[in-house]
Amino acid sequence: MTNQKKRNRFIFRVIVLFILFAAVAFVLISSFLNEDSGVLKEGDVAPNFSLEQVNGEGAIVLHEDYAGKGVMLNFWATYCEPCKDEMPYMEDLYPIYKEKGVEILAVSLDSTQIVIDRFIDNYGLTFPIVHDKRGQVMELYNIVPIPTTYFINPDGTIERIVKDQLTLSKLENYLDEITPE
Amino acid sequence: MNKVKCECGHINPEGTVLCEACGKPVEHNQHIDGNDQNKLLNMRYEGSARRSKTYNKTAVDKIWNFFSSVKVGVWLIVVTLVASAVGTIFPQEMYIPPAVDPAVHYRDQYGLLGQIYYQLGFHNLYSSWWYKLLIALIGVSLVICSIDRFVPLYRALKKQNSKRHETFIKRQRFFSETEYVTEDEVQLVVKKLKEKRYKIKEENGHILAEKGRFSRWGPYVNHIGLIIILIAALLRSLPFMYVSDYVWVREGETKLIPSTNQQYYIENKEFILEVYDPNDERYGAAIQRQGEMIPSNYQTNATIYEVEGETITGQDPELKKVKEGELRVNQPLKVGPYSLYQASYQLDEFQSITFKLHPTDDKDANLGEFTFDMNNPQSEYQLDGGYKIVVDEYYPEVYINDKGVPASKSKYPRKPAFIFFVEGPDIEQYEVNFLGIGLNLSPNNDNQYKLSMTDLDMRDVTGLTVKKDRTLSLFLIGSIIFMIGVIQGMYWHHRRLWIHPKGNGILLAGHTNKNWHGLRKDIDYAIQDTKIKPPQDQQQLN
Repeated sequence: MTNQKKRNRFIFRVIVLFILFAAVAFVLISSFLNEDSGVLKEGDVAPNFSLEQVNGEGAIVLHEDYAGKGVMLNFWATYCEPCKDEMPYMEDLYPIYKEKGVEILAVSLDSTQIVIDRFIDNYGLTFPIVHDKRGQVMELYNIVPIPTTYFINPDGTIERIVKDQLTLSKLENYLDEITPE
Repeated sequence: MNKVKCECGHINPEGTVLCEACGKPVEHNQHIDGNDQNKLLNMRYEGSARRSKTYNKTAVDKIWNFFSSVKVGVWLIVVTLVASAVGTIFPQEMYIPPAVDPAVHYRDQYGLLGQIYYQLGFHNLYSSWWYKLLIALIGVSLVICSIDRFVPLYRALKKQNSKRHETFIKRQRFFSETEYVTEDEVQLVVKKLKEKRYKIKEENGHILAEKGRFSRWGPYVNHIGLIIILIAALLRSLPFMYVSDYVWVREGETKLIPSTNQQYYIENKEFILEVYDPNDERYGAAIQRQGEMIPSNYQTNATIYEVEGETITGQDPELKKVKEGELRVNQPLKVGPYSLYQASYQLDEFQSITFKLHPTDDKDANLGEFTFDMNNPQSEYQLDGGYKIVVDEYYPEVYINDKGVPASKSKYPRKPAFIFFVEGPDIEQYEVNFLGIGLNLSPNNDNQYKLSMTDLDMRDVTGLTVKKDRTLSLFLIGSIIFMIGVIQGMYWHHRRLWIHPKGNGILLAGHTNKNWHGLRKDIDYAIQDTKIKPPQDQQQLN
């Protein structure tokens, strides 16, 4: 009789503790997941998007047009001084790395196309530039400071996220990292 | 297992301090509640066997016992309180400027302390894993402490006999002994007690009068409410249950509502800021005292669209209008599980500016007009008089940068400026005009023609909070249960009286968990017409 009671108590305690610790585990796990939820990390697959080109015809769809290529995805705007400074480096390296299978794509966060047009003319940019007029891609890629640059591997995963201005030598190194074999 | 058999015949679980049935102190367990040190018995939990204090064999028991300790619970609460307080010393990460790196910000703004604060993770305290762990452990402690005390207390109160052991009676706080009491007198007391709504239980002349036992469950009901509130708080970490975000929308603009899985768009039809009328006699004096206009209404008229079908992010989706309405402070616009609240605004951004061309020396002439729309600017404008305006540069918010050239600070037309080229039949190449608000320059001051602003349109920007909160009803239920528990414990009192015949007389003892004065009044009322001695407060005698 007492053994029976003792066993019941043991089972009761095990069940209660199990439920409580399951709850605690849930809290911890959801807290870790939440920190990352929606925030892209190096190693994640770069989310797909499609934006109209400013200096070319039609839209660029990331996963279709650049499948199998390394992609440097640069978020910028005409009102951002550090962004302006890295543009010439990108222009210099664009033809070289295009040969090697790396595309440079700049996403402008400006609100009107006219300022981008003028900017392209002034800087003589030839790499494709798309216009994220409504900021959807900006939200998708959690862009807070600009410039922010994503370096995407040929397999579509993110190799590197740089939330800072790029120097010429750094830029070359990062582009080498995503060059297909 | 060592059960404790009392001399009254009741078998108590091990660890019992006072026999569940008759209340006789179990000799070898008196140290547990400190009764060996005191004349009075400690009546906490009726001297029942709190399991945690007894079994300590398996790992499960050890964990159980750890959390069943009130001391552990109190320490968890203290640590959480201290951490919460520390979290308010410097602002949390969500309140620092959004574009700065927190690692740098805390060091620069608050020095070494700020850096330590950041590195220890206090900048994100309330969502940090260890803070949530502390809250969850408080919950665990609350549940186990409650189970561990409620069950034995319930048992002890249910099993109590009317007949109590003499030691138990004598060691109550209220106690008196009367040498000679008649049966009639006892019956009179019982009658009076019944009037006071005491429940009487009699057993061979031993009488237990009890009321308000209900009150003893108050703390446990209260804990159930707390646990529900804790669960609700923890569920907030799930985006399914809780989302909070912010969006700025310009008048005329249709914008993605963030944190809605790219599902909803909002169009700002109009932002309205109303002020109290200074000529109204009710408000005039107050407005004068204030010295400025007092807003009476902040309002956004908005249309909500839902995305139809599947689109790749970035493509203009097909939008279906789902709701149209007015948002005011405390009157959100609801769509699906989301509520949009009026939170902020910015007045007077430029929407469009109309210019006219005229000869430099004739202000009144008009060679044609054009309107530059900030939402949809053209790269050139053909005027009726055969002249053409080419937009060379457009700066939405102009300033002179460190290279000494004009540039824009943002994409928002707060302080627009333009470089226009004027071309025409009688102009050799083109004439350059640099125009802005309060600004109209030409490079050499020798332009034949000049552009002047004739009209402008302004627009406002509304700032909206986006909220989804499915935990609110759970918070409400938890709070109601919490309050029921508080009321139950506060406004009912558990009072007990024991009448214990001894020889020709009786022993009278009383116990309550609070409001001894009230118990005293009940006793005085019950024994007023008898010769029974009013009980003395033995605590005061000590």
